[in-house]
Amino acid sequence: MRIVNLTVDIDNPERIPTRFGYGEGLLEAGQKNEEVVALGADITGSVKADLFRDAFPDRFFSLGIAEQNHIGVAAGLALMNKIPFVTNYGVFLAGRGWDEIRTTVCYSNLNVKLGGAHGGISVGPDGATHQALEEISIMRCLPNMTVVVPSDSIETKKATLAAAEMFGPIYIRYGREKVPVITDESTPFKIGEAYCMREGTDVAIIACGAMVYEGLVAAKELEKEGISTMVINNHTIKPIDKATIIEAAKLTGAVVTVEEHQVMGGMGSAVLEVLAQDCPVPVEMIGVMDRFGESGDPETLMKAFGLCSENVAEAVRRVIKRK
Amino acid sequence: MAHQLNENELKQKARHYRRDILKMLYEAGSGHPGGSLSSIDILTVLYSNVLRHNPENPCWEDRDRFILSKGHICPALYTILSDFGYFAREELGQLRQYGSMLQGHPCMHHTPGLEVSSGSLGQGLSIAVGVALAARLNGTDIRTYCLMGDGEVQEGQVWEAAMSAGHYKLDNLCAIVDKNGLQIDGNVEDVMNIDPLTDKFEAFNWNVIEIDGHDVVEIGNAFLQASQFSGKPTMIIADTVKGKGVSFMENAPGWHGVAPNKEQLDAALAELEEEK
Repeated sequence: MRIVNLTVDIDNPERIPTRFGYGEGLLEAGQKNEEVVALGADITGSVKADLFRDAFPDRFFSLGIAEQNHIGVAAGLALMNKIPFVTNYGVFLAGRGWDEIRTTVCYSNLNVKLGGAHGGISVGPDGATHQALEEISIMRCLPNMTVVVPSDSIETKKATLAAAEMFGPIYIRYGREKVPVITDESTPFKIGEAYCMREGTDVAIIACGAMVYEGLVAAKELEKEGISTMVINNHTIKPIDKATIIEAAKLTGAVVTVEEHQVMGGMGSAVLEVLAQDCPVPVEMIGVMDRFGESGDPETLMKAFGLCSENVAEAVRRVIKRK
Repeated sequence: MAHQLNENELKQKARHYRRDILKMLYEAGSGHPGGSLSSIDILTVLYSNVLRHNPENPCWEDRDRFILSKGHICPALYTILSDFGYFAREELGQLRQYGSMLQGHPCMHHTPGLEVSSGSLGQGLSIAVGVALAARLNGTDIRTYCLMGDGEVQEGQVWEAAMSAGHYKLDNLCAIVDKNGLQIDGNVEDVMNIDPLTDKFEAFNWNVIEIDGHDVVEIGNAFLQASQFSGKPTMIIADTVKGKGVSFMENAPGWHGVAPNKEQLDAALAELEEEK
């Protein structure tokens, strides 16, 4: 298991939207490789593909509001050895383009990159229609697909650059709102390699996206109660890092999964698939419990849906009792 | 490209391919004869006289690209690819069998000469648009072709793709609608009318050419016109007969996705011999 020491003060973190990291990553990927191209879906500024568009107007194709066509056009570009990034709100990108992603992109194993913006309920006021809560499930079940949910803006940039450098379809989930920065430039990032951001012996929190931060805050709080909590940043949902998950479960004997996504089929389910087969331990799951989102400010929604560090800490207390 | 085939040679080729298609489907025990037979003349002209391709090097960078959007008629394409030497003729007998190079719907990783996997309708034109955009970006003279069915254009994605091809004025793109007038449930006009198709594509900023999709000379001329047309993509609307060449399959919706039995195969082959 790779251990990464925290270099930031989690009580007072800098907050930056992960979409900024995506935008910078896409721009840098375009600077590094002229085969990188991007498609526009009428929300180019919102999903932060505008940095790329402005730098490389000839390699940016505006395609309007037509998600199915986006995926097909990207497939055609990939067949010509381009590296196309399709960026859209995750709920529409993954949902409306699903059969195209399945049959054209994944079955053909084409080098198409999917940037799924506005992941999770933290999108806020726009409400349920625009809050992507199912993409991890419906993307990770596709053969040849890689699924990454980075924890902060710096990691999102790294993931975007890594996506351009690997071959094959990949879905990167990122968000709209400002979230704590918990990694730095030196934090190692490799697709498929989870890492431990806090060591512990009583329980392991396995989280992805901005929920890693909530896990770190919970762990610090639990320390006061004498509970030693490990926190794993499980940024790659597929291919999942079985070795790290099994090691975490063996070392602690109890697991809490944490994600801003439906618990059905999401990151937690992926972890359970590993644990149930290789290292069954008591597990509690934090996520959206089979319901749609609602309008509201992000902070209120995260509380209302039980996605805060307090909820994680409570789940840890529950799971420890079951050991 | 090999030498251009004349009208008579093209007709002979197409008849040969028709026989192969029927034999393949009989061996497989399933598959789609109707659309394979309605589109085979178009594909014969395309592969013999139009498409820049090299069977000895299927991945040749400068080849023209053909995207088969109506994936279910792949037996028609398989027989042509085999004839051009992309793979051995014996493979045709393995259509739809476990472990076969020739899947029931096209898989690019199984079959040499296929540009992309397809089978879920309505997706090929989008792919062709992406290829054409990349070809333009690269500054190459590669042309992109895409074959669709008429039932297939009921898919909304076709119109998203048509809009984008018109928007980007992709004159390096030529699509063909095999307008055989039938789909599984019956006549296209009854199931879901798509007409006036020419007006629709013209409204989407396409150059549209209507032809008899079984007249090899008209087909060849249409492809030539398309390659010379500047500033718009070209849509060839090919008026065809589903099941063309086999009397009892012609214009019969029941022959969309059913393989002939031995008796039917023999009767069909006899008809295709007699036409010589």
